[in-house]
Amino acid sequence: MTWLLVITGGMIGAPLRYLLDRTVQRWNDGVFPWGTFTVNVLGCLVLGLLTGVTEGGAAPSHVQLLLGTGLTGALTTYSTFSYETLRLAESGARLLAAANVAASVVAGFTAAYLGAGLAQALRG
Amino acid sequence: MSRTPATVCAVSLGGGLGAAARYAAARLWPVAPGGFPWTTMAVNIIGCLAMGALTIVLTEVWPARPLARPFLATGVLGGFTTFSTYVVDSHSLLGDGRAAAGLACTVLTPLAALAAAWSGARAARLLLPGREWARA
Repeated sequence: MTWLLVITGGMIGAPLRYLLDRTVQRWNDGVFPWGTFTVNVLGCLVLGLLTGVTEGGAAPSHVQLLLGTGLTGALTTYSTFSYETLRLAESGARLLAAANVAASVVAGFTAAYLGAGLAQALRG
Repeated sequence: MSRTPATVCAVSLGGGLGAAARYAAARLWPVAPGGFPWTTMAVNIIGCLAMGALTIVLTEVWPARPLARPFLATGVLGGFTTFSTYVVDSHSLLGDGRAAAGLACTVLTPLAALAAAWSGARAARLLLPGREWARA
């Protein structure tokens, strides 16, 4: 059962990442990978919220497996993030490559923090 | 990559497999609550190594297979690796007052992941024989 939850979440999260990335990239005419940046930060917000709710005992573990391990796990990606950063660096845009790492980490942390704060507010 | 239903299905199937493989790793090598998230770190580094190699293979060996990239790269490796767990785990370590471990996880993961992606691409270029690497 736990496997089914993780796989279902993954089967939703990955295409969601693909479609969101495509949508963002259609508006983006620069080289900065805003699509992956967006899905990663969004995933951190959702996982921060979910972890905050779970710690409060409000969300059972099967919700954590479906939405945390499965959905946000597959919605976000480290492999594409690394690959796009490497491609930026190899094309000569080293500053943008470093900015991608720094901005993704800082925005990800901020989003996780906001998500956890939101969970606390929801718990009252 | 065209936005066809077949592409979205390939990404979805790959994503399910990748997430299952990550969950398998988490069950095989569980990390105690509050412990250093070695498993997630290893999953992300291995996924980046594979992504580096796969990108070369997809571009140079299988350029005519339109579903290979969405299934293997966007789906399997995208679903296997995770940015959200990396951030939330690092965030928790820092929040629990384990500043050194939290900072190590935050900084070492992207450095190791980038080195892994680079090494994967490099290894694939070296191991694939008889090809011109003009763009290398």
